[in-house]
Amino acid sequence: MFGNMEIYTLQQYWWIICSVLGALFLFLSFVQGGQSLLWQVAKSEVEKSLVVNSLGRKWELTFTTLVTFGGAMFASFPKFYSTSFGGAYWVWMLILFTFIVQAVAYEYRKKPNNFLGQKVYELFLFINGTVGILLIGAAVATFFSGSNFTLTMFNFVNWTHPLRGVEAAFSLFNLSLGIFLVMNARTLGGLYLLNSIDFSGLVEFKGRVTKCTFMSFVISLPFLLYFLIALLLMSGQQYDDVGVVSIVANKYLANLLSMPIVAVMLLAGLVLVILGVYLAKFKSSSRGIWPAGLGTVLVGLTVFFLAGFNNTPFYPSNVDLNSSLTIRNASSGHYTLVVMSYVSLLVPFVLGYIFYFWRKMDGKKLSSSEVTNDKAY
Amino acid sequence: MFDFDLGMVNWARAQFALTAMYHWLFVPLTIGISFLCAFFESLYVKTGNEEWKRITKFWMTLFGINFAIGVATGIILEFQFGTNWSNYSWIVGDIFGAPLAIEGIAAFFLEATFFAVMFFGWERVSKKQHLFATWMVAIGSNLSAWWILAANGWMQAPAGMKFNPESVRFEMENFAAVAFSKMAVSKFVHVTASSFIVASLFVVGVSCWFLLKKRHQVFARKSIMVAAVFGLISSLYTAFTGDESAYQVAQKQPMKLAAFEGLYNGEKSAGLVAAGVLDPSKSLEDQNDPFLFKVKIPGLLSLLSNRTPGTFVPGIYDLVYGNEAEGIESVESKMAKGKTALESLKVYKESKISGNLTLAESSLASFNENQKYMGHGHLSSPKDVVPPVGILFYSFHLMVALGSFFILFFAVAILLAYKDKLSSIRPFLWTGVASFFLGIISSEAGWVVAEVGRQPWAIQDMLPVTVAATNIGRGNVQATFFMFLIVFTILLVAEIMIMLKQISIGPQER
Repeated sequence: MFGNMEIYTLQQYWWIICSVLGALFLFLSFVQGGQSLLWQVAKSEVEKSLVVNSLGRKWELTFTTLVTFGGAMFASFPKFYSTSFGGAYWVWMLILFTFIVQAVAYEYRKKPNNFLGQKVYELFLFINGTVGILLIGAAVATFFSGSNFTLTMFNFVNWTHPLRGVEAAFSLFNLSLGIFLVMNARTLGGLYLLNSIDFSGLVEFKGRVTKCTFMSFVISLPFLLYFLIALLLMSGQQYDDVGVVSIVANKYLANLLSMPIVAVMLLAGLVLVILGVYLAKFKSSSRGIWPAGLGTVLVGLTVFFLAGFNNTPFYPSNVDLNSSLTIRNASSGHYTLVVMSYVSLLVPFVLGYIFYFWRKMDGKKLSSSEVTNDKAY
Repeated sequence: MFDFDLGMVNWARAQFALTAMYHWLFVPLTIGISFLCAFFESLYVKTGNEEWKRITKFWMTLFGINFAIGVATGIILEFQFGTNWSNYSWIVGDIFGAPLAIEGIAAFFLEATFFAVMFFGWERVSKKQHLFATWMVAIGSNLSAWWILAANGWMQAPAGMKFNPESVRFEMENFAAVAFSKMAVSKFVHVTASSFIVASLFVVGVSCWFLLKKRHQVFARKSIMVAAVFGLISSLYTAFTGDESAYQVAQKQPMKLAAFEGLYNGEKSAGLVAAGVLDPSKSLEDQNDPFLFKVKIPGLLSLLSNRTPGTFVPGIYDLVYGNEAEGIESVESKMAKGKTALESLKVYKESKISGNLTLAESSLASFNENQKYMGHGHLSSPKDVVPPVGILFYSFHLMVALGSFFILFFAVAILLAYKDKLSSIRPFLWTGVASFFLGIISSEAGWVVAEVGRQPWAIQDMLPVTVAATNIGRGNVQATFFMFLIVFTILLVAEIMIMLKQISIGPQER
């Protein structure tokens, strides 16, 4: 089936798979968003436990999606993996650190004799939920704003900025995507908590969650608007049939116009996020996470499609146009892409069992009584 | 052509060793306890006896504490291939990325999904669905091990790929040869079986502690019985797979085997060193006996290495300086051909850019002729191919000695449990507590043997670590090394303190 496909078709297929994983990660970043809300919305130990235990049943899915996104990029676009991770060294290291501390925080936070104390583990969750997502946003924004690297004749990376990737966080454009993602994660986090917690007898707590959700959404808007407007007005790189890269004015606007389905996805995504927040704020519905989550996935897909399709280098070099990475020059060979494409057939099966057990586990909302036993986080 | 900073490379190696060794403190327990939990819970579901549920829940709690820190240390390993070894990621990413991606899709999601069900689903899913989730976590952990060990096996014995001079990288041409090579299979069965030993030692050790303290005695005896049987089967299987593993090493990595055995001069009917002390002043330049003392079993090394008695096993001198009679080429000769390959590749790339197609064609022909030796072209001295003999010799022999001891230990544990004398023989109980730490030492020694033994290669005979590393200032890698050291040490202390507290609390009272 895949073996007869042209390599370009496989490259596009794999860009879509990686985009789906990236977009799902953005949806699942509700875990990080929820973590950043912990101190703001939970005022008692029971409330804190409800937040942590609710998120604690899902944190591994987010973590795994990030790791799988990394693995999929490694397998399908290894030149990106070697260039970005080896080049933008510090930004990736800092992101990884925030995920290391997250991984132990849930399990160790309330355990007796935990050495660092409950507050430190909660701080770990907060750092992961804010700094981690901010830096991921800044790193993703460099898919458009570009990075400072050249590649040698043997495709080895030379990073030309001394901050080794952290410079991405000092660009208003990059930063605005980062802040938007943090705020969007908080919005999703709040919506998820509204969906998964039994607020019986905890009216004030629910009010705080609803308020924080709405405020996070409102704060996210100017950053999203700035990012989108700047993106659509900025010049971008384009490659021709033989791979020569040039600068084109309003490249991403042109991408959007030449891929109407992507424009529709962007608009639908934004409307769905608004709908999710509307349901929570004005209809007191607990189901806002679903439209907002789907909306985030669609917006995420838009971001990745605009970055990589329509002859656009998805990892542009600001120093040497010929070093820019495209889905054509950065990918694995035909054979590997075919093998991995067969592996990708597992993805619907994986999504199926995740969906089934998610519903099973979340069929009943999390109540205070469940988070006070010794097996709870 | 390929400039590198050896200081940076060594820091990157140290960082990988640090993260891998920390990670490996936790992984064997995850791999093994997940199965033990599945066994315990299966007994609960089958018999309906609440005692088995209590046992399951207790070990599951310890599993969860251990699992979290395993995840924390594991994420670094995957991304470190990109951050510190970016040239490696490009040169072999076409092959090496696939197992890592499959690990994520096929194994990590199993663990992530069913971990939550296993811990929080007791009241939310049916008994059978819960048991299914526990088994899925165990299977997921072991599937994960398969893919990462297949990737590691490929680094030890690369197969199923070809070099593409256009993209300057190796590309996969046979997935089965990568994922299911003899080296990959032998690594998987050996490593997972040895992990089952460590987990069994952990369960037996903690249970012995309870018996010493005269607490939870029924619980402890039941736990010991299941874990000791699992441990004995795993120990015997580890010994069996260790033999196959050593055979693979002998065939694919003869230098590693020679270093295991401190064998400098190759010989027919070579003997196996059962125990020995190396002379620390021994160097490659002299012809002195490398041992101050040794006990050798005549002829056994030839038999284990080649499955045929009396055959020749090459020593370090043969492999470095060559041995015409045995058809072994010297490293110096391979280096010369390798340098020709690298120079031809450079000329080929430059002449293609300048449009000199005749020169491109001739240099490509020269490259193809010498391509097999390309890895050796990066070496600066023939002696570079010799890994640290002392570290390997002692690690290997320690691993084998401890592995043999564990067989005896589990056999005695089963015997005592069968005769219901576990509680009365305190020296055995103390041995049980200590044996867990011996298990960790043995398991870590196994990885030292595997990874230090491959040096100086990142990919055996194909890519030295010097070329595989990222072009980055050494200060960056030093800084992250110490960051990891501090963070992992703090987390380890936290893990141990929490674990000890949970053990002292013990299983829930009925």
